[in-house]
Amino acid sequence: MDKRISPLSRIFLIVMFGLLYLPIFYLIFYSFNSGGNMYDFENFTFDWYKELFQDTRLLIIVLNTIVIALLSALISTIIGVLGAMMIYKVRASRTKDALLSLNNILIVSPDVIIGASFLILFTIAGIQLGFYSVLLSHIAFSIPIVVLMVLPKLSEMSPSLLDAARDLGASRWEVITKVVIPYIAPGIFAGFFMALTYSLDDFAVTFFVTGNGFTTLSVEIYSLARQGISLSINALSTIIFLVTMLVVVIYYLITRRNRKSPDLEVLK
Amino acid sequence: MENKTTRNLYTIPYVIWIAFFVIAPILLVLYYSFQDINGDFSLTNYRNFFTPIYLEMTLSSFWYAFLITLIALLFAYPTAYLLTKLKHKQLWLLLIIVPSWINLLLKAYAFLGIFGTYGMANTFLETIGIGSKQLLFTDFSFVFVSVYIFIPFMILPIFNALDKLNPTYLDAANDLGASRWTTFRRIVFPLTIDGVKAGCQITFIPALSLFMLTRLIAGSQVITLGTAIEQQFLVTQNWGMGSTIAVFLIIFMFIIMFATGTKRRRARG
Repeated sequence: MDKRISPLSRIFLIVMFGLLYLPIFYLIFYSFNSGGNMYDFENFTFDWYKELFQDTRLLIIVLNTIVIALLSALISTIIGVLGAMMIYKVRASRTKDALLSLNNILIVSPDVIIGASFLILFTIAGIQLGFYSVLLSHIAFSIPIVVLMVLPKLSEMSPSLLDAARDLGASRWEVITKVVIPYIAPGIFAGFFMALTYSLDDFAVTFFVTGNGFTTLSVEIYSLARQGISLSINALSTIIFLVTMLVVVIYYLITRRNRKSPDLEVLK
Repeated sequence: MENKTTRNLYTIPYVIWIAFFVIAPILLVLYYSFQDINGDFSLTNYRNFFTPIYLEMTLSSFWYAFLITLIALLFAYPTAYLLTKLKHKQLWLLLIIVPSWINLLLKAYAFLGIFGTYGMANTFLETIGIGSKQLLFTDFSFVFVSVYIFIPFMILPIFNALDKLNPTYLDAANDLGASRWTTFRRIVFPLTIDGVKAGCQITFIPALSLFMLTRLIAGSQVITLGTAIEQQFLVTQNWGMGSTIAVFLIIFMFIIMFATGTKRRRARG
């Protein structure tokens, strides 16, 4: 830390950081407790991790969650990029604004409302609640963020770039695959990444549309937590925390190597 | 030259998405809000919403959301301010954001342990001589955990606003003899008000609607608009009433967004 702030301020910051990380380290600490509770540390043990890795049901749920996240991120990225191109092509600024407002509705809506309205939608459309309803919802709420990540890249692209490509004889398809897509690639990756985190993080929407047979990790944690303390959850959170830290470190190193300050918008 | 319809084929998926997942759900919620529990058209739900039970619930939901936002702001602003003064500020900011990446439910679950009867918080209270208290399933724990969850989302926009602040303004204020408090009140705060507004939006609307926190941490002590919607949809199976509350939540959301004037980013969870 720096000398530019007073000792009192430094203590305040240390307390804030401490409080922010306390619950996470609390969980990790007690995941090694043989006592089976979160207040009385008896002996160090790996039992909860063993239990976790032997719990095939939970492992299937983890797999489900990853499959849903990857599929929904992939599909929403494709649709989102197409949507961004469509909005980009609209000339009338009024239509553009209207489209953008429609696009942003799902971003600003509270999750409960998205979940409840999708539940009505799937019931009326006769789609059975389960894998497909969850996948469709995740695609649906990830599309707008992809559009928002890609659209600025499209707008900053110079039109003369497209003219040049066409003058040199590129077909429409070639212009898109050889000029436009490479140019907006950073936006596409950011969008895909955001869609992935939205999907992995979502609880409320999934909770509404998941039905009985199918569960994702968030929903499973919720139902376990409602039953009380189970140190397998602690073991699970240790692993999730480590994976998250790994991703953050890789991300930080990549952005540092590119000599840019980390684009923290994406991290949200 | 290809004809116009085939050229515009690529817009189909996105247009379908807008029609089915943006417009249709809103219309369906609106439609269901006019249906009573038997599926007949009626205004019963709206009449029910204006009875003291629901009005009180709405008021208390707003009160809690207000408290959570205010407390989060009181802690987030100084934190963001001090962060901008640090040497590796982007790295420190990253460290603030990392906890927001951990699944919200895991963090809530951690507090089940910390606030439990024999948990860390009660041990602490006993050590300083206050004695152990029932912490879990109280409104205190609900507000505390909510503030904990939202504070990174509050710090981020304020940090960005403070970081953009031109330091020469502060020098100018200093040269003209302004005290530190005056500088803050007349210069720093007004110039970062957009960050504050964005942070308040990110906090206030989810605080009205996050039902899992209420369920896990507050038990039946706190009922927010979100909890009520979840209750009507998934427990009571009265979709009509649930939709009516949802309609009001949407209306409140628009009012808040107009009042704070900037676009809100979604706080996940």
